[in-house]
Amino acid sequence: MDLVTPSIGLVFWTLISFLILLVLLKKLAWKPVLTAIHERERSIEDALNKAEIAREEISALTNQNESLLKQARAERDEILKQAKTLKDQIVAEAKASAQAEGNKMIEKAKTEINNQKIAALSEVKSQVASLSLEIAEKVLKTQFADKQAQETLVTQLLNDVKLN
Amino acid sequence: MEFSHILNYKNFRLTTLLAVFLLFSSINSFAETPLTVAPHSETAAHNETAPTAEEKFDPTVTILEHISDTHSWHLFGHTSIALPVILFTPNGLDIFLSSKLVNEHHQAVAYNSGKNTYLNEEEHIKILAADGEIDEEASAHLYDFSITKNVAAMFIAVIMILLVFTKVASAYKTRYGKAPKGLQSFAEPFIIFVRDDIARPNIGYKYEKFMPLLLTIFFFIWFNNLLGLIPIFPGGANVTGNIAFTLVLSAIVLIIVNLNGNKYYWSHIFKPDVPFWLLPIMWIVEIIGIFSKPFALMIRLFANITAGHIIILSLVSLIFIFKSLAIAPVSVAFVLFMSVLELLVAFLQAFIFTMLTALFIGTAVEEHHH
Repeated sequence: MDLVTPSIGLVFWTLISFLILLVLLKKLAWKPVLTAIHERERSIEDALNKAEIAREEISALTNQNESLLKQARAERDEILKQAKTLKDQIVAEAKASAQAEGNKMIEKAKTEINNQKIAALSEVKSQVASLSLEIAEKVLKTQFADKQAQETLVTQLLNDVKLN
Repeated sequence: MEFSHILNYKNFRLTTLLAVFLLFSSINSFAETPLTVAPHSETAAHNETAPTAEEKFDPTVTILEHISDTHSWHLFGHTSIALPVILFTPNGLDIFLSSKLVNEHHQAVAYNSGKNTYLNEEEHIKILAADGEIDEEASAHLYDFSITKNVAAMFIAVIMILLVFTKVASAYKTRYGKAPKGLQSFAEPFIIFVRDDIARPNIGYKYEKFMPLLLTIFFFIWFNNLLGLIPIFPGGANVTGNIAFTLVLSAIVLIIVNLNGNKYYWSHIFKPDVPFWLLPIMWIVEIIGIFSKPFALMIRLFANITAGHIIILSLVSLIFIFKSLAIAPVSVAFVLFMSVLELLVAFLQAFIFTMLTALFIGTAVEEHHH
């Protein structure tokens, strides 16, 4: 049958066309196209890998930053705490020393006052004694003259004492 | 996706179409008798081999004429493109235009080139003896290397493929490393499809060596299939539905597969795991197998594409068989449906041919571990 009998001409020309097409396309199209596709795929893959690495790096950095920040905060808190304790201590110490000093001064003043009082009292005592002796002397001198005069003298003496 | 609902009422629609179709057929079979008497110009125009208009339209002749190879390319009406006729004869090489073999009424006439007298008898060029009779002995030694319609159509396909893919390749150079664009983005999915879905799974890691062959086979068959579906110039030739075309491609596959066969491939053929007394039978079976695989490729492509062309031509012929314009809408609807189906078949057959080629190469280069 005609339909299933291959004609020599078409066989020949098909063979020629196909081989020419194969050679030309291999050289002009398939090689550059496949290479380009392959390279592009590889570059995309590379880029994706690199992006992944960069993302990991960034997350690592962020973590590091966070931990640093945390550490810094903790340190600051520690320092603040120490400072507060120190301040409290200093204030307490100052208070305590001021108190002690005050007490000491009060004590000293009290002693001084006591000493002065004792000194004053002893002087008063000695003066009273000398006065009493003077009075007694004068009284004894004038005792025998006049009773009137005696009395006047006593009063006068007493007035003198008052003036003292 | 959005077309899936068609599946739900396709049966219903087909039934309707068939009902309409049968309606016309019954009417026209009654009306046929008086109509045959009247001359029909469209029948005559369509069937050039019929010299008288009264001759009854024979769809077989028309269809076979359309799907077989011709020495001139019929465009429309009485216009044809004359193609070169190249003949190797006992008297030497003879080249002339096919228009020399027909007269102004498109009837075959004898032509004397000086070396021989030729006559185009049903697209087989014969040498005429001096008495005007066909010289069978000389004709047996006549080798016809003419640029026929199929050859010309194939050349057009080759030029188109070269233009398309050199353009695509240049796009890869100018847009190096960038996303594909335009024609490049149309071609790239198919190239990657051939690589990732045909070559890699079937051949394995050695696939790169066979990529040019597979890609060329795929696009050569696909372009020719698609051009064959176009009813007007430069399409319409039944290139991939010609046994000579598929023979060449499958012969190339046969050679490539067996040239690349490794020791495992050949030991599987000559030393299969069977009792020794079965070996001679196995040799025969395996050697038949070597040839039957490409043979199946040849027949599959040829039969699928030819069948598609025959169906479409038959549906168009219905109009002329029933001699009624009323049948035309039905015919056109069916042709439209078939053409869309043939678009799918055009791709599918190119895919299957390439796929099986890759599979055969895969079995030939496969490393066995047993």
